[in-house]
Amino acid sequence: MALYAILQVIWWLLLGVLLTGLAVMVGMDMGVGAILRYVGRNDLERRVALNIIGPHWDGNQVWFILGGGAVFAAFPLIYATAFSGFYVVMLLLLWSMIVRPLGFEYRSKLAGEGWRNVWDWSLFVSGAIPMIVFGAAIGNLFHGVPFHFEWNITSVYTGSFLALLNPFAVMCGLLSLALSVMMGALTVMNGAEGEMRERASTLVRIGAIAAIVLFAVGGFWVHGMAGYHMDANPGAGVPQTPLEQSVTVASGAWFTNFGAYPALWLVPALGFVGMLGALFAAQSGRSHLGWWLGALAWLGVIGTAGAALFPFLLPSSSNPDMSLTLWNASSSRLTLAWMLGFALVFVPLVVWYTSWAFWVMRGKVDPRRIEHDEHAY
Amino acid sequence: MHDITVVDLSRLQFAATALYHFLFVPLTLGMSFMLAAMETVYVVTGKSIYKQMAQFWGKLFMINFALGVATGLTMEFQFGTNWSFYSSFVGDIFGAPLAIEGLMAFFMESTFVGLMVFGWERLSKGQHLAVTWLVALGSNLSALWILVANSFMQDPQGAAFNPTTMRMELHSFQQLIFNPDAQSKFVHTSIAGYVTAAIFVAGISAWYMLKKRHVDLAKRSFRMAALFGVLATIGVITLGDALGFVAAHAQPTKLAAMEALWKTEPGPMPFNLIAFPDQSLQQNKGAVRVPYLLSLLVTHSLDGSMAGFDTLQKKAAQRVENGIPAVQALETLSKDPHDAAALAQFKTHEKDLGYGFLVQRYAPELDKVTPQQVQEAAKDSIPPVAAVFWSFRAMVGFGLLMLAFFVMAVLYTLRNKVQDKRWFLIAAAWMIPIPFLANEAGWLVAELGRQPWTVFGVLPTWMSASTHSVGYMAFSLIGFVLLYTVFIAIEMYLMVRSIRQGPQEPGGGGRSEPGPRPQPRPANAAAVSGRYQEG
Repeated sequence: MALYAILQVIWWLLLGVLLTGLAVMVGMDMGVGAILRYVGRNDLERRVALNIIGPHWDGNQVWFILGGGAVFAAFPLIYATAFSGFYVVMLLLLWSMIVRPLGFEYRSKLAGEGWRNVWDWSLFVSGAIPMIVFGAAIGNLFHGVPFHFEWNITSVYTGSFLALLNPFAVMCGLLSLALSVMMGALTVMNGAEGEMRERASTLVRIGAIAAIVLFAVGGFWVHGMAGYHMDANPGAGVPQTPLEQSVTVASGAWFTNFGAYPALWLVPALGFVGMLGALFAAQSGRSHLGWWLGALAWLGVIGTAGAALFPFLLPSSSNPDMSLTLWNASSSRLTLAWMLGFALVFVPLVVWYTSWAFWVMRGKVDPRRIEHDEHAY
Repeated sequence: MHDITVVDLSRLQFAATALYHFLFVPLTLGMSFMLAAMETVYVVTGKSIYKQMAQFWGKLFMINFALGVATGLTMEFQFGTNWSFYSSFVGDIFGAPLAIEGLMAFFMESTFVGLMVFGWERLSKGQHLAVTWLVALGSNLSALWILVANSFMQDPQGAAFNPTTMRMELHSFQQLIFNPDAQSKFVHTSIAGYVTAAIFVAGISAWYMLKKRHVDLAKRSFRMAALFGVLATIGVITLGDALGFVAAHAQPTKLAAMEALWKTEPGPMPFNLIAFPDQSLQQNKGAVRVPYLLSLLVTHSLDGSMAGFDTLQKKAAQRVENGIPAVQALETLSKDPHDAAALAQFKTHEKDLGYGFLVQRYAPELDKVTPQQVQEAAKDSIPPVAAVFWSFRAMVGFGLLMLAFFVMAVLYTLRNKVQDKRWFLIAAAWMIPIPFLANEAGWLVAELGRQPWTVFGVLPTWMSASTHSVGYMAFSLIGFVLLYTVFIAIEMYLMVRSIRQGPQEPGGGGRSEPGPRPQPRPANAAAVSGRYQEG
């Protein structure tokens, strides 16, 4: 069964890669949406901001769709339990997200000021809300959420919608929003000139400093928090249901992995270095470098959460023994193997042609041309 | 235990959001190919009218595409939010094609659609053409993987139940993707998309010809659509017939519902052209029948026979009886995964496990199940006959109507007479809703005909839903109805407005409209469309 355990760990890592891809690529577009009305003071400036991400938002959004699909395929119990348990929050996420394609595509089709304002605010909502929900969902993993399974593995969620909006989760949501504002502002810096670039630079500073503070506060918060500890389970790479393990809750348990493997401290360090680097790069006008450092910051932040939680994916606060881990929530060996094959071929391919698309559309957006192009947003 | 009201509301929400999503998807599938074809003609012949066509129809394509993408998000998440037991029970199999769809197809389509719209100035002619073809390829591959997933629900191949993990698991990836249902359904559905696009383009072009606007562009577009459409319609009907053939083996209950066949008869069997099925009496209240035709359609022979619901229900009752010990064995195994007797009992009754679940709706405790409850479960195995029967006839009727339309369209357009046939142009414009209705009817046949199962013969619909409250379901349903109603109003408004505005003629030939509109293009149209300066 060693192969199965290796596949489970690979898919756990791949999940981290896909979530980072989602956070970086979708996060920057959502960040642009969230800062649209500040960074663009008039309609033309807002159109410049939208056209910077115009050729790419659609492809970027697939990271979100792939994230959902990969959780479904590789960890079906997580997909089933988390998505149904977080029902109302998922609907808010979904409803705010489905407005976004229309905002991009329809906003500039009509000239009325009221029409465009409505879509501007829609893009603000559909940028800010999903990033807050994304962060808050990760935050809730640390507290655990109340669910259990019946004998046939029917998942039953017993909490309320409001319990998901606890202070720690909201703080994680704000951290996620701060990082996406930082990335969105860096993207605007890459594609705009003059005053817009100045305003975006200010927003990079605000986003980065907020993210640094929130990430640090989060670390101290988790240190005092009750975490989960795996006492016994059938083992890695053994087919099992979530009914066969015993888990205890203990203060500081989320730091166990860092204690056992001190090298893991490099992961949160990467997060801080990325944020600080993005901040300084932007201040010295090197926004492209800043963007890449911001992407590393996301990797550090998501990696930190993963390193702390391992092997848990979704702890149960009401029945800790039924917590979901990568060992009991993953797909079968055959499915993981096939999916890995597809991922090894297609993820590099996607990265390659996405890079090509960015290279083709490189450079600054010219406001004068937007007004003459019926295809522009 | 599931609240049946919640299950019904979850079904209503899924059907409503899927039918809505499926208004936009077929047009995307077909239009992407037509755009690629138009642009190919442009690149090969160098005639700028074809570039103008690709750009004009591309604009309408994008209005439709945005809503297809937006409502597709709902579909991706709804399995988890509303069908959580389904998702964990078959996610090991069903999740894979969905993830591969994102990875292989949707990424390609979405990345290149951005370049297709924004890249006219940045790419060479050949590069842009390649990009447009990749959009078409991506959207059609996307349909392939979605239909592979769907076919697992129709005819679950390549999987088996694993009592250790209490779920269905993948046994053969090849069987999953080479499922005969997937093959014929992919071709049937994607070609139905081509028909939809062909009618859309033909109808709008006919309207321009009626109004004597953009006549050159409209005639050329109409001709392409007519040729594309007549081939596609023949393809849809051929593959639809193949699908019926596949269903005869995999889903006899769906086929019996399509034909409203309550009693098994020896061949040659007559075809119910019109019938009024009564589900509770299990008979038709009046029918118009055509001799021999059913045998011919279903078995492709004159004296073949197929099972009616009397036979099928008897079989279902036996399978329910046989499935009960399988579920009971699983309950024992959930307490002790190593109980050898329970495992042996499960293995004996494994193939009827789903039917054991079917009766649990009426008898949660299976050791107290009564013969009436077994009969109730067996009766449940019949899908809603009238709805499937009429949806099927609507789909086929619309299909034949479109075939007749395209045959005439081809005859007129090849003789270059279509612009003079006023009545035909009016008819063409009125044809636009028909393929959309046919697509929706097709979805209803496929998915209502699958009931009472989410995975045919394996997992009943009533067990598949999430354990939400009625209040949550009412909240989400109202939210979707409100949002989606606003969306379609906006989409239709923008679509009609863009059609009225018409393509940007090189001389500024678009009809003048009150209110703001994009600036007319100078004679050298190509010089204007770039929005970037090199940086």
